[in-house]
Amino acid sequence: MTFWQRALRHKSFVIGGLLVALLIATALLSFVWTPYPAGEIDIPNKLKPMSAAHWLGTDSLGRDVMAMLIVGARYSIAVGVIAVGIGITVGVALGLLAAARRGWVEELVMRGADFTLAFPALLTAIILTAIYGPGLVTSIVAIGVFNIPEFARITRASANGVWAREYVLAARACGKTPWHITVEHVLPNIAAVLIVQATIRFAIAILAEAALSYLGLGTQPPMPSWGRMLNEGQAMMYQAPMLAVWPGLAIVFSVLGLNLMGDGLRDLLDPRLARQR
Amino acid sequence: MHEPGATPDRIISIFLFKRFATFVATLLAASVLIFAALGILPGNAAEVRLGESASPEAVKALSEKLGLDRPPAERYLHWVVGMLHGDLGLSVSYDTPAAELIVERLAVTVPLAVMAMTMTTVLALALGLYAASRHNKLGDVGVMAASQVGIAVPNFWFAILLILLFAVKLQWFSAGGFPGWDDEPWEAFKALILPAVSLAVVQAAILARITRSAVLDVLREDFVRTARAKGLSRDAVLWRHVLRNAMVPVLTVMGLQFANLVTGTIVVENVFALPGLGRLIFQAISNRDVLLVQGIVMLLAATVLVINFVVDVLYAVIDPRLKVHAA
Repeated sequence: MTFWQRALRHKSFVIGGLLVALLIATALLSFVWTPYPAGEIDIPNKLKPMSAAHWLGTDSLGRDVMAMLIVGARYSIAVGVIAVGIGITVGVALGLLAAARRGWVEELVMRGADFTLAFPALLTAIILTAIYGPGLVTSIVAIGVFNIPEFARITRASANGVWAREYVLAARACGKTPWHITVEHVLPNIAAVLIVQATIRFAIAILAEAALSYLGLGTQPPMPSWGRMLNEGQAMMYQAPMLAVWPGLAIVFSVLGLNLMGDGLRDLLDPRLARQR
Repeated sequence: MHEPGATPDRIISIFLFKRFATFVATLLAASVLIFAALGILPGNAAEVRLGESASPEAVKALSEKLGLDRPPAERYLHWVVGMLHGDLGLSVSYDTPAAELIVERLAVTVPLAVMAMTMTTVLALALGLYAASRHNKLGDVGVMAASQVGIAVPNFWFAILLILLFAVKLQWFSAGGFPGWDDEPWEAFKALILPAVSLAVVQAAILARITRSAVLDVLREDFVRTARAKGLSRDAVLWRHVLRNAMVPVLTVMGLQFANLVTGTIVVENVFALPGLGRLIFQAISNRDVLLVQGIVMLLAATVLVINFVVDVLYAVIDPRLKVHAA
């Protein structure tokens, strides 16, 4: 059975994949169409309920909620991609270096990774915001920097397992350099683990960005943001309670989709489970 | 490699000493990083506080008041020594010692964190045990599906939903605020219930999965089969033997989760307008009170490190396999 045949039979992967596809499609749609310009203020139509004209209603400034959710998907994906990209680029490099060199290099990298446990992403973002001011870039950097030790840890752990394999010992006996072994043998064999970790960290990045934007430290106006929409919705919860529900549902479905897809990929890419099928 | 003839207790003592040394080194490194990030890199804290349009004389006066005219190494040592004496410097926005402000706010944050962690533990252990005992049946599937959704829910959104239901609709609780422990202790406790629940449910979702996985691993052990063969009921085996052995990995994760709880508290306090550390750090940021931010961040980082150290110590003490392995 091919990978895709197995994948289409895996419930978690299918449900997660559909939700993630919906998120990506929504973000792409935002570039070509939105029911109204996102962020366009229309005070006479403020706090309108759901209707044919405004499918999810309008907020306290008359902005169309559906349009803001659609465009907000774009920034959520951007945060996830860039933050995970930072984590993978630097974290995987450090983890591979630690596994290839061992000794004090490995110790240094791992102690550095453990040290960051004292600085969760949100706390780091708060510190950076205190220094550099709030914004999308600051929050992406903070979330991305926090991904580095996570990827370094998992890369090193997985790479150590590959370095102990007999074919790697044979490659070393043939005179191949650690660099060649890392690129030709280690990296391809740990790719599956990294892909799974990337989907999980993507989900965490969306949650972290939403929290920062809720607090006013992330995406700034006029860029729409699901987190900031929640903050604004909370202020209107007596007049229009649904304003605090829609952005939350968008976040939940996006994160749920990524987590389910990650769980599915973990099962599908694990060679031990693949042999049993 | 251990010395020949080393007793298990001695080996554990060496382990604890090394762990304590690592803890102290990490705490020092954290203090250096926080001081460098907030005390040096962004330029003069007085300039930050007063803004770009401030006169040089005003900046100089505030710099002297805050001790910013001294060399960074001296300021760092002064800060560390001050912390050891409970002095975190002066908050320029409140014109009050930072330590005094922080202690005042801890009266909200600590009870909130304790309540949240207690609820998390009870809920997660109950659900994790239940799911493991109904492995692959409807109960297990239900708990796992619920925990999957729980992990995806932002704690601050869940807090807003709780406010919508219990404060706006049912009016059982207030939508926010904190009356203070002195005047109305019961109302103060009530004011922390919804925030604690919003923190606990999301954390419990993660911990329940870990508990279920740990319990299932232990259920496969030979001693469990022996206990059942001796005639012990399934529940007796679960509570008397399995849970104790499954607690070791669960305890480790609980320690790691504490960092999430700390940051969750920051957000949730802002949702419910609770006058805790989370609100204080935000007020400090918006007031550009860099020294106050420095003190709070150091306290939060130190708390996470202390909790993780305590978990490591408990792990070494309660796991009898560590002593047997050492022997």
